[in-house]
Order: sequence, then structure tokens, then C-alpha cells
Amino acid sequence: MKSERSREPLWREEFSIFQADERYVSRRQLTKFLTLTSLAMFAGNFWILVKSWIRAGVSYPVRTVAQAEEIPVGGVKLFEYPGPQDQCILLRPSENSYVAYSQKCTHLSCAVFYSAQNRRLECPCHQGYFSIEDGSVLQGPPTRPLPRVILERRGAELVAIRVQESPEGR
Amino acid sequence: MFGYEFYVDTSRCIGCQSCVKACEECETHRGVSMINFDFLDRPNTIATAAFVCFHCEDPTCAEVCPADAIKKGEDGIVQSSLKPRCIACSNCVLACPFGIPKIVPEYEQMMKCDMCYDRTSVGKRPMCATVCPSQALAYLGPEEIARRREKPVNTVRFGNEIVRTKVFLMAPAGHDEIAIDITAYMWEGGPA
Repeated sequence: MKSERSREPLWREEFSIFQADERYVSRRQLTKFLTLTSLAMFAGNFWILVKSWIRAGVSYPVRTVAQAEEIPVGGVKLFEYPGPQDQCILLRPSENSYVAYSQKCTHLSCAVFYSAQNRRLECPCHQGYFSIEDGSVLQGPPTRPLPRVILERRGAELVAIRVQESPEGR
Repeated sequence: MFGYEFYVDTSRCIGCQSCVKACEECETHRGVSMINFDFLDRPNTIATAAFVCFHCEDPTCAEVCPADAIKKGEDGIVQSSLKPRCIACSNCVLACPFGIPKIVPEYEQMMKCDMCYDRTSVGKRPMCATVCPSQALAYLGPEEIARRREKPVNTVRFGNEIVRTKVFLMAPAGHDEIAIDITAYMWEGGPA
């Protein structure tokens, strides 16, 4: 009987006409599932919390990222900060202002670019737009602002000091 | 189970409908009879026949059920539809070669004979078999049925389709199977 049935298509197994092949979830199984799942959720959240505590203490390297005069007004320079994999974008929207943001869109990590015409940072993937003033979201699916790279001008050099994850400066 | 099998002998049926009433009395489906009771050819004869579900080896009703509501137990009993699943689509009603399943409109559910599962599973006889005065519906052991002249048969052939059942029909001596030419009955007047 069993071997005869195993040759049959999958749907026959899954929708068997035999009562013995029914698989009921018992109350105990459900309780076990709920308990273990909520325990896993708790552990996962706790882990995220611990990770953010650890990250809060990270120190950033101080590095020269550009010469102030190499970027024209309305121009852009790409650089990596703090690590070699972390793409950032440096803008000079007006004569004396320089701002830098992470280039990774906070939605799905596409690279944002500077639209000089609209004076905003635009993500081409899902039309997420960010303000160049503080990196906040103007429209689109992202919910978090772009992490801002805090710059300091030292003579003719622009020096990155740290990355600010959110405007609140958490 | 318990060494008993169900035997249907339509030639013994006297049309008293005790089985219909007895079935209605059951607590699990009070007021709804699961017996298929028929007047065979009313203008010409008083012959009647009472049937219970034949509990096919390969139950067509369960095979066609889109809601997975009809299940066959390990003891070979094809259960009535499961209330939470049955969608009253009538697929089983149309598919059953014996015409056994019935849709009960009040409950929006298919209900059919489950051979008094509450009774037979503990060794008691089904309600209909306990009341049948002529034992047209009988729940007997093998030695008792061997004393009868008719031969129990559980293979029914509908054209090329062979259906093996758990419930036995009593066939005239010398017949190993019961063959029914369905198409012949589809014409008005029945088989010549």
C-alpha cells in the first residue's frame, strides 16, 4: 500500500483521502511554537539592542577627503568613509557650504546621486529623494535619513570627522 | 472490525423503511436519514431497495472532493464529510457511482452513511441492521452469511470501471461480480 502510494504525484500525498495521513497541529505543538518563536524574537531584538550599544562607541578615523577648491560650486565628489567599502558623496551646493552623506539609500542601498537641477539627492531605484540640507527624506519609500558625514574645514582641506546616523545625533 | 461485515440483499427488502427511521434516531445526525431508500419501478412493482454507503476501496467521492473533506479511515470506513471543510459543492453527489452522498441544504453539508461509526467502532451493529426485520441490511459474521443461498459480492462493474467495496451485495449464486450497464438505464424506460 505504502510503496504503491509513494509512486503517486505529490498532490495525492498532500491531499490524501486517508484519515491516517492527516496531520493535525495539537494544542501543545502550537504553544511550543508560539513560545519558541517569541523567545527567538526577544533574543533577536536583544541582540540588535546590544549591537547598537556597541556601535555607539565606535570611533571614526579623521581623514582628509578632498581639497576645498577641487570641487566647483554645484559639484560633487565621491569618496569612501569610514571604511573602503562605504561610498559617500560630497556636495558643494553653494560657495561656502560643503555637505557629505553616505551614498547608500536607506531603503534598499542603491547609490544616490546629486541632482543639481532639483537640488536634492535622488535614488534612481524607487524615486526616494533626500534633502541636501540634512539628508532627510523628501519623498519615496525610505523612512530614515541618509547618514551624514560630519566635515571640518582645515585650511584648504576638507576633513571627515565622523558619521552621524540620524539628525538627532544618537 | 470485530469480524463482522455489512451485507445488502435487496431481494429481501420489504419496504418497511424501519432502517430509514432507525437511522434518523441516531444522535449524531438526528432527523436526517442516511439510508438510500428507493422504489425500484413503482408503476409495475412494489419492489423496494434500501442501501447504505458501500465504502469503496478507492472512494470516488473522496477523490473528487476539492475541499479534502471526505476521509477514509484505516478500518475502510469512508466517513461523512467534515463539517469545517465541506463546501456543499455536490461533486461527491455527482461522482458516486452508487448515488449515496446527499447534500443536506439546511446544513450546507454533504452527509452520508458512515456505517454508524460510533457503534461499529465499539463492536455494536449499525442501527439499520439491528432493526431490519428481513435482514436485507445485515451486519453478520462470515459463518452466518455462508448459510445463505446468495453469494456475497463486493465487486461491481460499471462498464469498464471496476469498483471494489467494503460492503457486500448479495448476488444470485454463480455470480462473482455485479455488472451494471449504466448507459442502458439512462434511456427512458430502462433496460429492456
